[in-house]
Order: sequence, then structure tokens, then C-alpha cells
Amino acid sequence: MSGSVLNIKNLTMRFGGVTAVDNLPLEVRRGEIVALIGPNGAGKTTVFNCVTGVYEATDGSVSFLGKPIAKGTTPDKITKLGIARTFQNIRLFSTMTVFENVLVAKHMRMRQNIFSAAFRIRKEEQRVRDEALALLEEQGLLHLKDEAASNLPYGLQRHLEIARALATDPELILLDEPAAGMNPQETSELAEFIQQIRGKYKLTVLIIEHHMDLVMQISDRIYVLDFGKLIATGTPAEIQENQRVIDAYLGVADDA
Amino acid sequence: MTKTQKFISVLLLVALYAVIFVLEQTLAPSEMLFTVLKKGAIYALVAVSMNLLNGFTGLFSLGQAGFMLIGAYVYGIFTIPIDARASVYQYFDGGVIQFTVPLVVALIMAGTAAALIAALIGLPVLRLKSDYLAIATLGFAEIMRAILQWDKLGPVTNGSNLLRKFPTFNDFNIVTGGKTIYMSTLVPFIIVGVCIFVIVLVINSSYGRVFRAIRDDERAAEAMGVSLFAHKELSFVISSFFAGVGGALLAMYQMTVQASAFKAAMTYEILLIVVIGGLGSVTGSCIGSFLFIAASEWWLRGLDSGSFLGISAPMLFRAGFRKVVFAVIIMAIVLFYRKGLMGANEFSIQGIANFFKKLFTPRKRSAK
Repeated sequence: MSGSVLNIKNLTMRFGGVTAVDNLPLEVRRGEIVALIGPNGAGKTTVFNCVTGVYEATDGSVSFLGKPIAKGTTPDKITKLGIARTFQNIRLFSTMTVFENVLVAKHMRMRQNIFSAAFRIRKEEQRVRDEALALLEEQGLLHLKDEAASNLPYGLQRHLEIARALATDPELILLDEPAAGMNPQETSELAEFIQQIRGKYKLTVLIIEHHMDLVMQISDRIYVLDFGKLIATGTPAEIQENQRVIDAYLGVADDA
Repeated sequence: MTKTQKFISVLLLVALYAVIFVLEQTLAPSEMLFTVLKKGAIYALVAVSMNLLNGFTGLFSLGQAGFMLIGAYVYGIFTIPIDARASVYQYFDGGVIQFTVPLVVALIMAGTAAALIAALIGLPVLRLKSDYLAIATLGFAEIMRAILQWDKLGPVTNGSNLLRKFPTFNDFNIVTGGKTIYMSTLVPFIIVGVCIFVIVLVINSSYGRVFRAIRDDERAAEAMGVSLFAHKELSFVISSFFAGVGGALLAMYQMTVQASAFKAAMTYEILLIVVIGGLGSVTGSCIGSFLFIAASEWWLRGLDSGSFLGISAPMLFRAGFRKVVFAVIIMAIVLFYRKGLMGANEFSIQGIANFFKKLFTPRKRSAK
């Protein structure tokens, strides 16, 4: 149960003269929910982009399920390995329906070529449609399946983005500020939801989030970044007590 | 689409083909209608293939004329009868290619040649985005045009001279004992119909879905495990294949082929059809094509030759005025129908029914 799912060593990302991530170590073990927090511009999303292959890290290594991910591996291949992600600013396929959004995520696991797909020679299309419908049903989105993604209210768009990421059959899911723009009620529902999908789909979760209630409630461990550097790591209780974190990010209780 | 809707659609298509067949047997072959139908069908195919790339995959490519050119030449080169080659290739000792292939094989070869060249130039070009891709593909088409006119390639391409004497649409007419069964419009319609049907199958497949996902958001598509390059290349190759077939059909329609005719203006015409019909609408491209060809070849002819809609004004309506009016119409469409006639919707029985239902439902005074 405690095998390492994601193991980042000495990750460094420089953009010209700016060091966005500086020598970061980070480990996520199987079944954990790990949070990555820190002030705006601390380099959290850059870490996600390095892990998912959007950026090629300047230095350091990333291992997934014990195997190092080669430099220059493209994002699609990394998703295929089993790392799914959501985006800070929602990135759905806006002109497509809810159903189609989920189906796109199934494409890479279909055994087909352009001919068998166009002429429906194998039953792959039917298989993934059934899978996608089952997923939508589990997620309570089935009644919206023919709705254009862009017509959904904000909260449901967030939900769909996570459902779509789940459709790629991930081992590890990276959530980039899933609670952004949500009210306290929605945020606490989201907390429950994340814990629920972790159990149901046997997921490991790495989450970037600014809502401290949510972070403290669901995280097993927390990493705190500031100016690209790791300034603290530990359990929620340890982080809340850590003076450096309070100074850099959390602040004193009454000015939040 | 429900079963009944599918059934009605098929029935309507069969009816369309039947009407064309009957018209061809009854009207004179020289009727303007047939020109419009033939050329319209060819442009419909090329427009749909361009729409697959520009409308469905979101790749702004302007290489269509180049791929049509390749298709037209491959078709011409491999179908000119052997005994006619000496006269066609008169400056090149009858050319080097001394065999012909059956028409259907030549059509497939035309598409395949265009697809192969697309696969090659796609390697560097598809890494570019939006405007840059447009410039690169436009440049490719111009280069193709120059290469095929190159004197050194004369034994194959006949240099800057015409290719002619290959089978044309008129060869589809069947003459039996003094009576002619006219098929010169029907057969191209069938070929185009089959091609568009295949493109629609691709669009409706898992691949088509991925193409649209790439159009909507490249980075999200990539995060869903979609290889951007492989799928862009695939879309480009499929689109070019059918542009090549379209080029071959255009050669058959024109009866002669000359590289110099495949100018960028041809690509713009097709782009115009795609935009008028609606980016992301197959039926839009088809309707747009016939409207465009009918307007430019037929309905607006009078503007060039003295009298239009019964108004005789030779001072105003003279050579070139048609293009002025045409430009104004296009500007109006782009200004007021920005999404084209169909938007991203498809023409359907249900759609028409809904349209009329809305039209005849009394509007409620207050909203909701």
C-alpha cells in the first residue's frame, strides 16, 4: 500500500533568469492525498507542468510507479502512463457535449485504427460509450450528457473536468485549484468528493489549493512552496504550527 | 439520429440521385444546370475535405489547390490512352510513361499521391500554428505549381503544356444503338457522394471527436492522452487525399489540365465556400458549394454581359462587374452571417421541422 507513486527529485525549472522551481523533492505514496500549497507565483503549477510534460524540467528527475519518466516525454504519453490532470482555468472541449468530453479521454485506450473506427469494424466504440455512460452515471452527470460543456454552470464544469480526467483510468490525479471560485458550501462538498473518488477509483491525489480548510481537512501530507523552494513539509497539524509557513503564507489567524 | 430519420435521409438522397438521372435524360446536355451540378459537386467534395481540416480540426491550411493539382496531374498522366500520348507529349517524344490504369485506380492513385505528399510536408509544417501554418501551406501550393511546370519534368508532366485526351465525364455516357444514356452528371455525383460519406464516417468516429477536441483546446486534448501531432497529421492526410480525388474530378470536368490554373485563388474560392456554408458543417459546405458555383457561373452571369434580372445597362453591367457584386455579397455574408449559413449545425429533417415549428408558433408576449 505504501509504494511510491510519484517521486520527484531535485526538480528545477528555470525560465531565463527566473527560477520557478528550485531543487524540489516531492513524494506521493499510493493512496495518499498530498497537497502542494504556497503563495501565488510560488511555482506550484510549474511543478504540475513539469510532471505532465508540458515543460521539460531544467534539472532533476520524476519517477512514476518506480520508473523514471524520460526527459522530453510528451504530455499525451504521460497521461497514458496513468497521470491525469485538471487545469487551474477550466479547459473543457467547450463546443462538445458532456458525453463527448468524456469519450475523448477514452480514445487513447481504444484498440483501433482509422479504418476500423470509421467503418465501425470492431465494437470498440460501443465499449467506450458504455464505459463513459457508466462513469457519467456514477458521477451523477448522466442527465446532462447531451448538454454542451460550455452551457454547464461553473461548479459542474469543474466536476466534469474531474470526471473527464477519471475517464483516462489514472493511478495518480493532479488537481490544480479545483476549489477556485467555489463558495464554502461547494468547497466542503468538493472535499468529500475528492476523498470519495480516491476510495472508489483507488486513486492517489496531488492537489494544489488555496482553500486552507479543504487542504487541512483532506490532506495526508502537505508540501509548502515559496519562491520555488520547499520551505516545509509534514502533516496538516505540523504545517499549521510551522513558523516559516505562517510567515510566508498562512499568516496569523485573523487576517485571512 | 433515429431510425426513421435515417431512413428519410437515405430516401431523400436516393430521390436526389433519381432526379438528376431523369433531368439528364430529358434536358439538353449543354444546359447551364449541369455545369453547376458537376462543378458544384466537385467543389463540394474539396470544400468538405477542407472543412475537415479547417473546421473540424482547427488547422488553418491553405494548401488545397496544391493537393488538387497533384490529384489532377496524377489522374491525367496515368489515364491518357497510349496511342494519344504521342500527340499530347509532342514536345517530349510521347513522354516516359507508356501505360494506363483503369479510371477508378487512377482516382485512388490521385488521392494517394496527394496524401503521401501531405504526409511528407506535414512533418515540418504541422508544427506551426494558425497563420504560420496558412502561410506555409500556401507556399507549398505555389511551389507545387512551379514544379509541375518545370521543363525538366516534361517527360512526365508535359511541362507547361496541357494534359488532355484522358477520360472525361462525357465518357460516362453510355451509347447503345443510337440512343445515349446520359451519366455524365450522375457518375461524378456518385463518386463525390461516396467520398463525402467516408469523410462523414471519419468525422463521426472516435478520431473525428478527437479532431474537434484538438480544435477546442489543444492542451486539454493532449492531457487526455491525445497525440497532437499524430492526429493533426492524420487529419491533414485524409483531407489531402480527398482534395486529390477532387482535383482528379476537376481534370475530368475541364477535359484539360494545366498547372498554371491551380492558383491560390482556387483555394480562396474553396475557403469561401467553407466559410459561407459554416465551419464545422458538412452539409453547409455542400450547400455553400452549389450556391457559390451557381451564383458565379450562372445567376450573376448577366452582370458581365449587359442585362441582369431584366435590367439592361450595358454601361454598368460589363466584364468584371460580376466580381464586384460578388465581393459585396460575400462581405455582407461575413458581416451578417458570421457563422455561415449553417453554423456548425448539419442540415436535417428534424432541423427543418423545428425551424417551421418555431416560425408558426405564436410568440409569447413576455419572456417566459
